[in-house]
Amino acid sequence: MKVTYPHMGLISIAFHGLLRDLGLDVLPPPPITKKTINLGVLHSPEFACFPLKVNMGNFIESLELGADTIVMAGGSGPCRFGYYAEVQREILTDLGYKFKMIVLEPPQERGILLEKIKELGAKRSWPGILQTLQTTWRRIKALDEIHAQSLRIRPREIVKGSTSKAYEKALIPIAEARTPREVSQGLRMAREILGGVPIDAGKKVLRIGFVGEIYMLLEPYANLEVERLLGEMGVEVERSVYMSHWIKDHLLYKSLGLAGNKPTKKAAAPYLKHFVGGHGWESVGDTVRFAKRGFDGVIHVLPFTCTPEIVAQSILPTVSREQGIPVISFSLDEQSGEAGFQTRLEAFLDLLEQRKKRKSFLAPL
Amino acid sequence: MGVRVGIPRALLYYHYYPGWEAFFRALGAEVVLSDETTKAILDRGVRDAVDEACLPVKLYLGHLANLRDKGVDYIFVPRIVSVERKRYLCPKFLGLPEIARFCVPGLPELLDVEINVYERYHKSKRSLEELASRFGSSKQAGKLALQEAKVAQKAYEDKLRQGYTPQDVFSGKERKENGRIKVAVLGHAYNLNDPYTSMGLLEKLREMGAEIITTEMLLPEEIKRGNDFLNKEIFWTFGKELLGAAFHLLDEGNIQGIVLVVSFGCGPDSLICELVERIYRREKTVPLLMLTLDEHTGQAGVVTRLEAFMDMLRWREAI
Repeated sequence: MKVTYPHMGLISIAFHGLLRDLGLDVLPPPPITKKTINLGVLHSPEFACFPLKVNMGNFIESLELGADTIVMAGGSGPCRFGYYAEVQREILTDLGYKFKMIVLEPPQERGILLEKIKELGAKRSWPGILQTLQTTWRRIKALDEIHAQSLRIRPREIVKGSTSKAYEKALIPIAEARTPREVSQGLRMAREILGGVPIDAGKKVLRIGFVGEIYMLLEPYANLEVERLLGEMGVEVERSVYMSHWIKDHLLYKSLGLAGNKPTKKAAAPYLKHFVGGHGWESVGDTVRFAKRGFDGVIHVLPFTCTPEIVAQSILPTVSREQGIPVISFSLDEQSGEAGFQTRLEAFLDLLEQRKKRKSFLAPL
Repeated sequence: MGVRVGIPRALLYYHYYPGWEAFFRALGAEVVLSDETTKAILDRGVRDAVDEACLPVKLYLGHLANLRDKGVDYIFVPRIVSVERKRYLCPKFLGLPEIARFCVPGLPELLDVEINVYERYHKSKRSLEELASRFGSSKQAGKLALQEAKVAQKAYEDKLRQGYTPQDVFSGKERKENGRIKVAVLGHAYNLNDPYTSMGLLEKLREMGAEIITTEMLLPEEIKRGNDFLNKEIFWTFGKELLGAAFHLLDEGNIQGIVLVVSFGCGPDSLICELVERIYRREKTVPLLMLTLDEHTGQAGVVTRLEAFMDMLRWREAI
């Protein structure tokens, strides 16, 4: 059995670690390239959202390399993601691939998440599996921390590109850890590596909140590496959604029948009182929160045709006006051109700079 | 004169209008419908909506503006999250009151009651009774209004099952002579039945000699049967109905053709229709036509494709 999975930013590292530590023979999908996207787009429904298409590209490239088992996540809607695996299985079957698809559904759906994981880790005992889950949880938190730290350092780096280089290096000890203790050690090493990047600590930077649909936020290839791009333009980005938040909300709170992420929902309430699937509710609430924290602007990303985020997009102009924070929305997919994207980003930054200057000029009056 | 409650002639109007009308009438309100869709109404909606919103949402916003201009006291914009257990409607219905409020300026107060039976019914029932109490009705009168709504809604749904389309029912038309060629026309009711945006698709097919079958004409058992072979249940009500109808009809084998009608960029349908297309292609017994509608769709192109499709079906019957 050769197991593969879809890419999704740093989640790939965590997912890979989980499957590897369960004792499986893991075949990671090749890094996402133009070829991956082309393959995915060719074999996906035209109006499917972008993440489904990238997944398809990952799966096809892995199957071509000899993978025979795909591990995928599921969901209970109303976001389309919950039905991805069913459609992907049919498409890959029609393409003639022989494979098994294992779908990890959230626990409130069928209560079999642990059983599925046990099935995957057949060679391991229950205590061993629990340790692996603990390692995975710590690994995810460690990856999230390092990512957030890199966003703070990058705009202040003295040598352009030095943060990204250190960040890549810092991820390795966390990825390679096999036990909770090793993760903690790896995290310490990673912090040191990133901490070693020379920075100009007193530099005044623009602060931008990054909200939107989770895949587009987490996968740098899908968001045209906007975090790196902005960081290297001297902008501090803060991402609203991390995998560890998602796991807490969906795997912990929901399975206990509790509502997760209360502050965001409370902030959203004057504008949106109900969940709309995906991260639409969070996009609205987090924009309000960034405004209240005095951020200079918000960037909203969504895959083209994403209904939950279109609901958010319909509401965000009012949020922007009433909360006094500029918001720009990027609807991205395989058609996104880098040049156009960059131009719009630069124009947005110019606007934020002007606004900030005007504010600080008027402030003493 | 009672309060004037506006109901947009769009989206779930085609599913629930008779029930809604009975409910508000029983409470002593005057029900005001928006005008039938015109180019002006659609253009208005396109202007107010975000670019990426689907055609039915844009149209809905246009109808809201139309009602606003009529000067109604309230507009009924319910938040319908779920109409059956463990299934949702499309996300746009979950945020509909907010889309309405923040996209269309100057709307009167919205009656944005929440209907959500994903887990259980009684909370939604209570919110409906609360809504009734806003019209100065007693609790008893509210219950009665709900009862009347149910009766009217059931009568409507029974009529649809006999082969009437929503337009037939609303315009009081008698059912026409059956055509010779049975064609399933599957898509959201609000896309199929708006005479303007669907360009009279159902009527045109009938004129070309088709007997049309839509999801509303099938029995719940038939829809369920069509869903039985799936690995995982579909969590959208309309998606489940479309797919169930498509597979049930394919399996039964007495339709000659199937037309799928989707709006450009429709999220759920991008996956549901993909599955339908794949299964029909594997079976190779029933020809399938897929029509994508948006605000730029030209009538001539659609008619030509329908004619060609019907010609092909007739030709297949002849040999």
